[in-house]
Amino acid sequence: MLQPRWLPYLLIAPSVAFLAALFLVPLGQTILLSVDGGQGFSLANYARMAGDLNFPTALRNTFALVAVVIPLQVALALVMGLMLQKMTRGRELVLWIWTIPLGVSDLAAGLVWLAILQDSGYLNTLLFQIGVISGPTAYLNSETPVALFFAVVLAEIWRATAIVLIILVAGIQLIPKGFGEAADIFGASPWTKFRRITLPLLKPSLQSALILRTVLAFEVFAVVYALGGRNFPILVGEAYTWQNENQNYGVAAAYAVLVMAISLAATIIYLKALRVDPETQG
Amino acid sequence: MSAPRKWLYVTGVLALCAWVLVPIYLIGLGAMGGRLAVFKWPKAFAPGEASFAALATFLKIEGVWNAALNSLIAASLTMLFSILLGAPAGYALARFAFRGQSAFRLLVLLTRAFPLAILALPLTVIFIRVGLYDTPFGVSLIHTALALPFAALVTASLFMGIPREYEEAAWVFGCTRWQAFRKVVLPLALPGIAAAAIFAFVISWNEVFAASVLTVRERTLTAYLLTVLSESPLHYRFAGGFILIIPSVLFIFAVRKYLFAMWGVSSK
Repeated sequence: MLQPRWLPYLLIAPSVAFLAALFLVPLGQTILLSVDGGQGFSLANYARMAGDLNFPTALRNTFALVAVVIPLQVALALVMGLMLQKMTRGRELVLWIWTIPLGVSDLAAGLVWLAILQDSGYLNTLLFQIGVISGPTAYLNSETPVALFFAVVLAEIWRATAIVLIILVAGIQLIPKGFGEAADIFGASPWTKFRRITLPLLKPSLQSALILRTVLAFEVFAVVYALGGRNFPILVGEAYTWQNENQNYGVAAAYAVLVMAISLAATIIYLKALRVDPETQG
Repeated sequence: MSAPRKWLYVTGVLALCAWVLVPIYLIGLGAMGGRLAVFKWPKAFAPGEASFAALATFLKIEGVWNAALNSLIAASLTMLFSILLGAPAGYALARFAFRGQSAFRLLVLLTRAFPLAILALPLTVIFIRVGLYDTPFGVSLIHTALALPFAALVTASLFMGIPREYEEAAWVFGCTRWQAFRKVVLPLALPGIAAAAIFAFVISWNEVFAASVLTVRERTLTAYLLTVLSESPLHYRFAGGFILIIPSVLFIFAVRKYLFAMWGVSSK
């Protein structure tokens, strides 16, 4: 049958046009908006952003969250993935339960952990019942920044490990069973098998999981707001405040550009650090 | 496995199930306990006083229904747009080798390296100018930008899984390209496309940042909850959070078979 050469272009044209209008154009506009000083080019918005009282804290908090959350999530997802690999009965049910948080909004996840961690919440009730504390205790205000930080870490791990799990399980399924059996014949220990077979073959999946999760982690916003309000400044939260409350679109755009630059840099670092050979690519 | 290791393994699996489920149970208690339960100390872990009355009270608050309706509209439109735009692109990626294919793939993958929701910030200005600001339709546009790359990649892997020969056989029997697609490929791909659509719905339903930036009066449920967060009492917040969770959990259950096609290496 005749294959009209323009057919594939016709099929992709709508999505190209759409992504140009709602991805590339706003991307360019964000950059323009951030360097617009009223009369021509200016870095005033960036200066104002960097000079803001909350800026250093927001930058530090965001990076600290990513640095703590991502390794824990990958480790936890690997453990869960290996458990699923061994599972013979009930695998589908367990997998469904473990992936439920995939459908939970970050705002809802923050509220879930608020119910547990608030002053008179369930964690404190438990601690009270086993005699650790004598009454309601606060964790989520500006006087307890470390506790608030770990509250956000908990909520993020609870919510977003599922996505790492899915990507890794999909990768584990692609590893040929014969490799493990061959290693067994040669007497390899489970740990050696994991390090020499599973981990190297999982590299492509690990790479895409890390990129996806890190980009989303730099974007963290609603979880933090639900748990601690303004008590825990983060980059996207600052962008939101500058836009919606201060009505200063220029400084908000500067924050947006910063977050995007960081995400892009992280992506490039992962692509370089976890270089994937074409032949091992799934 | 030896007996102690087996015991450790089963305990670990159960503990991780509890880690996911118990927090949802607890916010459910918070949502259905109403005002009294929120201030109760120490808290009860059993659902003694829980009732749907507290949830019903929350739903009667001015603005909540409207916000839920807006969320529903925005999410349905997102679902529609991302499939209508994404599925043809997925088919093109799966069935044709054409110049520019890798550039198109790059464009789609590039969207994943950017925190897309942040692009709502500059869109505010344009949306105000063209009258899309503060409408569920406007929100659905940026949500489609979030969901479209997934829809395109998922449908591409779906179509790749349907042998080309089926279509060619239909052509031999005199079907046009469109008829062959509609009568042979589409029925086979439909469950997967439905799963991708549901996933687009969930992406929109859950999205907070762009929806909050692009609306003022016609808030979506997430945007509404975010803006009233600081002034609303705890039990309303829990009720809101619980109501956000319920549909998503059901949706994830409905699409569980397709999660791997959506996120696996094959759809990279």
